[in-house]
Amino acid sequence: MNEALTVEGLKVYYRTEKGTVRAVDDVSFSLARGESLAVVGESGSGKSTLGLTLIRALPANASIVSGRVYINGEEILSLSLSDFRRRYSWRVISMVFQGAMNSLNPVLKVGDQIAEPLIYNGGASRGEAQRRAMDMIELVGLPREFYYRYPHELSGGMRQRIVIAMSLVMNPRILILDEPTSALDVTIQAQIINLVKDLIEKLSLSVMFITHDLALASDIADRIMVMYGGQIVELGSAERVLGEAPKHPYTEKLLASIPRLRGETIPEFIPGRPPDLASPPPGCRFHPRCPYVFDKCRSEEPPLFKVGEGHVARCWLHGE
Amino acid sequence: MEEVIRLENVKKYYEVRSGLLGSKILKALDGVTLSIRKRETVAVVGESGCGKSTLGRVSLRLLDVTAGKVVFKDQDISRMKEEELRAKGFRKKMQIIFQDPYSSLNPFMRIGDIVAEPLEIHGYRKEEIREAVYRALEDVKLVPPEEFVNRYPHELSGGQRQRVNIARALVLGPEYIVADEPVSMIDASSRAEILLLLKSIRDSREMGVLYITHDIATARYVSERIAVMYLGEIAETGLTASVLKTPIHPYTILLLNSVPEPDPANRRKKRPVIRGEPPSPLNPPSGCKFHTRCPVATERCRIEKPALIEYLPGHFVACHRALEIMSGAVSVT
Repeated sequence: MNEALTVEGLKVYYRTEKGTVRAVDDVSFSLARGESLAVVGESGSGKSTLGLTLIRALPANASIVSGRVYINGEEILSLSLSDFRRRYSWRVISMVFQGAMNSLNPVLKVGDQIAEPLIYNGGASRGEAQRRAMDMIELVGLPREFYYRYPHELSGGMRQRIVIAMSLVMNPRILILDEPTSALDVTIQAQIINLVKDLIEKLSLSVMFITHDLALASDIADRIMVMYGGQIVELGSAERVLGEAPKHPYTEKLLASIPRLRGETIPEFIPGRPPDLASPPPGCRFHPRCPYVFDKCRSEEPPLFKVGEGHVARCWLHGE
Repeated sequence: MEEVIRLENVKKYYEVRSGLLGSKILKALDGVTLSIRKRETVAVVGESGCGKSTLGRVSLRLLDVTAGKVVFKDQDISRMKEEELRAKGFRKKMQIIFQDPYSSLNPFMRIGDIVAEPLEIHGYRKEEIREAVYRALEDVKLVPPEEFVNRYPHELSGGQRQRVNIARALVLGPEYIVADEPVSMIDASSRAEILLLLKSIRDSREMGVLYITHDIATARYVSERIAVMYLGEIAETGLTASVLKTPIHPYTILLLNSVPEPDPANRRKKRPVIRGEPPSPLNPPSGCKFHTRCPVATERCRIEKPALIEYLPGHFVACHRALEIMSGAVSVT
């Protein structure tokens, strides 16, 4: 079996005052073993909800309406939460949460925070857990003595390294990273990205990298999955999506909106705003902002059309 | 062209308590000279903690200066008290746009009232207020204005909210605006829209703009000149095109190198990095402050602070090895 993770027909809705928000609306994809998949989208695209679903950490007002998620052939959404936490959380699939570097417990030594799941979830003795935590601290490029530091004594980049060490301490096979560098300066971001690249290779991790930044995605991703309004709008290899012309107008415009340091292109913008997922527009969800819109886009929702080898796009430009 | 704001060797020091009785001096700005003309944008770029936001606030006299001068249109406002700044109209002429469009708008106020508030504070008449508010909303493309004045902030997208912030800054007719990371919290697909808008308003209203950002790539599109800051000092400054095309200071070169571009080839190579992190401004390094991270630092750099010298027309660099870097005798990367 070559898939580390398979998602089929996943729908995750939030109950809010405004009504039902369809944050993830019929999403299917798989992550191959050892593969890095970037999930790219803007705020409200459903990318973070997707990540939270996969590690069963959705907030209370979210519900999984339908869909299945398989890891190692086992469906994990139907497991009881305690069973999932005992057998999967941290040890098979783990996540670096967005903003986690600012959520470390300020009164605990960072080493103890890394060691915690080993003791309470892994049955390790205090001494073993401490040694393993120090190994992890070294693995993420910090001195072993940092075990005894408190979060406020560390810079943002160092805290992010600690958070990555925490996510890897139980030796998971699948790692979800949600915007791990968005709060960091670009110089520190480069250091963290290089570390993540090293770790993926050293530990043969399968990685889902959630980001709003296509340039950052290209640093890590074998494949790129672009989300818009709770749906996948384009999915394909990095070479196809970024190298050749993107096949979905949203991807094309998102790419064109990135300010470049080199070359002559002037960044564009996408007029309008992302759809309100409590009442998404009929037809294609991107149609109110799409420069290529035609009649059919306003009334009928496009499926994912095959546009190349392993490359799909949700756009009527590519099908009947 | 006419100069709007000028900073002359501005220093901003803070006393920071350390230990029981001791205190240390934090040099947030350590001798910065900069000027901005009408219809000109100067970008100030650097990592967090480099002093760029302090620079913006000092230039508006939202903060007092420790030493040096802040000159607004030939009038020294460095030591003016708040009442005097207000009475002489300086407060109207200088405005700021903040980074966070979500927390900078009162959620219980309508857009029209938010934009009108500065005018009410300054005692304008009703008809004048209405006219100025409508014009400002039109300038930021929240049109038709009558449709937006009655809305609340939560009904708007991040990009629209930031345009309300800009309208509020414009409504008193400022001649100088500080835009502090105005697009860093806005979705990528709307950033260019806000930046282009700022540029066109700057031209039509003939303002000078200080654009503070950590994102050097955006500076390219909105600014005529750029200043790269490191630990409270300007490391390199000049025409934006010149600095980006021919960066000379090792920090600028490495900073530019660390900016990613979307390219599938990226994943097969390592990102070039600047080693380490910026040192604490409480204990800045001796000599050139960048020497602890600089790949080409020499003994001289550890001892002697480099002066900001003009190496290309209008292009100034504070680096002992600038000539060697320019000639290619020394390579930073």
